[in-house]
Amino acid sequence: MKPGVISRSGLLLGLAGIIVIGLVTLIYQFTHDAIEESEYQAMLQALNSIIPPDSHDNDMVSDSKILPAHKQLGLKKDALLYRARNDGKIFAVAFPVTAPDGYNGPINLLLAIDREGKILGARVVSHKETPGLGDRIESRRSDWSDGFRGTSLENLTTEQWKVKKDGGVFDQFTGATITPRKIVKAIHAALMFVDSNPGVFFDE
Amino acid sequence: MSNSDLVTTDYSKVIHDGLWNNNPALAQVLGLCPLLAVSGTVINSLALGVATMMVLIASNLVVSLLRLYIPNEIRIPVFVLIIAGFVTIVELLMHAYLYNLYTVLGIFVPLIVTNCAIIGRAEGFASKHSPLPSVIDGISMGLGFTGVLVALGVMREVLAQGTLFADASLMLGDWATTITLFENYDGFLLAALPPGAFIGLGFLLAFKNVIDQNMRKRRTSQVVVEVSDGNTESAIPQPD
Repeated sequence: MKPGVISRSGLLLGLAGIIVIGLVTLIYQFTHDAIEESEYQAMLQALNSIIPPDSHDNDMVSDSKILPAHKQLGLKKDALLYRARNDGKIFAVAFPVTAPDGYNGPINLLLAIDREGKILGARVVSHKETPGLGDRIESRRSDWSDGFRGTSLENLTTEQWKVKKDGGVFDQFTGATITPRKIVKAIHAALMFVDSNPGVFFDE
Repeated sequence: MSNSDLVTTDYSKVIHDGLWNNNPALAQVLGLCPLLAVSGTVINSLALGVATMMVLIASNLVVSLLRLYIPNEIRIPVFVLIIAGFVTIVELLMHAYLYNLYTVLGIFVPLIVTNCAIIGRAEGFASKHSPLPSVIDGISMGLGFTGVLVALGVMREVLAQGTLFADASLMLGDWATTITLFENYDGFLLAALPPGAFIGLGFLLAFKNVIDQNMRKRRTSQVVVEVSDGNTESAIPQPD
């Protein structure tokens, strides 16, 4: 190949790259607001499913702060902590919890806890559990995750914070014990962490 | 327009190739990774199929428009650039307007870039034909791929969950409803798992081969009849 051909090809390739980048940038600018709006709506929907929207008077999605990656919550990287307020006072928080040892990998949860350490709601956000067996943890497939509502370290003992098969109070599924067991364990660990470090969650 | 168009393109052949004879999934056996991974439900299949088809049509069109200006030495990287650009655009649009579906399909939307069926068409067809046939090729190949994805999705969803169009609202809006075929269906777990996808695809491939074989047999027997009778009318397919 002659040097002239190489530089010509190189220039053309560079030009093609610039044109494609320009086009993608244009579409990015065009869709940017819509993407933010979609993510906001999705977060709002998730939060509303664990904390009733009429129980607080602030916009929880915008009222967030950084939650450092505490390993007691199973988090690998910093996440966001959402606050529910009435008259400016935080009465409950929602934050992600990860059960790192699900049957097919980590299970990501969203947990809402009030100031007294009582669970307002828990939802599975994403997981890779077996379809048809472990995926009944999803709120749209069964009401299993509603079983956490109202539970706390006070009204259940450490022994009771287990699935029924292990002597606790939480249901497991036929054919899938590991999935619920690990979620119960992760939520229990998160509750204990909140109990011993309330400042992380409820301070401004 | 160019030398390659001196011969008129046979559109009916282009369409038949895409949908059946040279179907990307069943004949070229390309793009199996998304095909097997996403075909768990009809809606997931349909969404990924349509996204793939849009990229395929757009990349075929642009490759065909630029085919006379791209030097041979750098054609592959330029094709990859074009395809990656369109995949990113489709991804951004899905992220913005079909958010829930986007989260369900996850990594398989950006992975459309690696679907060999797309670069295969850019190199094998669009770089040698003018824009119109290239777009038609994109549409028929895209439909062929989507068809196989949806067929596999139907098989797996019905067997695994006893439903059709579960979560259709993610793609089509709130008016779409799930059809429950069997109430209180226990579910056939294998169909939902990756081996079920392989087995399902195996059945589809076998199905296509059986049909092709029968058609070939019929054609051969017609030729024989024609020769022995000297009667051209028997060339019209007879129902057997």
